[in-house]
Amino acid sequence: MTSKPTLPDLFFGFMKVGCMAFGGAQAVARRVMVEERRWLTERDYAELLALAHVLPGPNIGNFAVMFGRREYGLRGAATCVAGFFGLPLCLLVGLVSLYGYFGQIPQVNAAMHGVAAAAAGMVLGTALRMATRLKPPPEAIALALVVLLAAAVFKLPLLVIVAVGAPLGVFAALRRAGRAR
Amino acid sequence: MPFWLDMFLLFASLSLVAVGGANVLAPEMHRQLVDIRHLMDEATFSQLLALAQAAPGPNILSGSIMGYWIGGVPGLLGATLGLLGPTAILAWLIAGLTKRLAHAPWLKPAQAGLVPLALGLVGASGLVMAQAAASFPLAPVITVLATLYVWLAPLNPLWALLAGAMLGLVLL
Repeated sequence: MTSKPTLPDLFFGFMKVGCMAFGGAQAVARRVMVEERRWLTERDYAELLALAHVLPGPNIGNFAVMFGRREYGLRGAATCVAGFFGLPLCLLVGLVSLYGYFGQIPQVNAAMHGVAAAAAGMVLGTALRMATRLKPPPEAIALALVVLLAAAVFKLPLLVIVAVGAPLGVFAALRRAGRAR
Repeated sequence: MPFWLDMFLLFASLSLVAVGGANVLAPEMHRQLVDIRHLMDEATFSQLLALAQAAPGPNILSGSIMGYWIGGVPGLLGATLGLLGPTAILAWLIAGLTKRLAHAPWLKPAQAGLVPLALGLVGASGLVMAQAAASFPLAPVITVLATLYVWLAPLNPLWALLAGAMLGLVLL
């Protein structure tokens, strides 16, 4: 059973998702919207999220626009986006301002260097975790590695990588699907 | 060109090609802000990125605070609107097509075809962050430990950041 949220529900629900999003919003977004508030079924959620993934830009931000539109049109989309980004943005600006004052303190600086190293590991770990769970076919793994080298080692512009990599990936996936049929 | 418009266009162009979400932004943001435009140094970039990761909130906001750091409130507004506006309009338009697209037989394979792109870009993002963060000899060790932890442990990834902060305090 799902229940239709009101506009304030949407605002505060997405605010909760935004404020609990440490290192990415996807885990908490699913938990709040599917399990806690039952705005969508698991299947609905997965389908809308997949679409949000294909589009450029923030995944859950895209999700907020599309889900908001579905529920209340333009008002809904604006409400979800404002709820999602508003408070975290204010918080971050406050932190950066403080960092401007306190960043020169040796202890703060040392801790932030450690956090930066760990944050890099968090992103690398996320990529590996995604790869482990999605189990892509060999040609997809090869393409992922080429994309990784192009971006991290050869530092090619992202636009070039997407313009070449996206059609290649879609072509390979369509061929594989065609063979399976 | 007014400064905020410059920021808007720069971050809009970043966001519009960021297939795979905020994590894939880092390499291109680094290329534009540090390598090409010299708007900030390596250390500032990696620390602002880490701050955005450590704080609650969507990771795309790392771009907003880069804009804020570079140019105060106009930079913040230009960067945020650039990051969120054009892609939100695109999502709005696509949402209108959702019903028609949902039953197209080519949609699911086409979506699967974008997965390697997302994986490669997220991985590249991590590597660029790791390079930028390698400011002291044991930093790569912290990065590798955090990688293994997030990859293999089904626990809150934030413990990795906390442990990183502790190790930074002890080691530096």
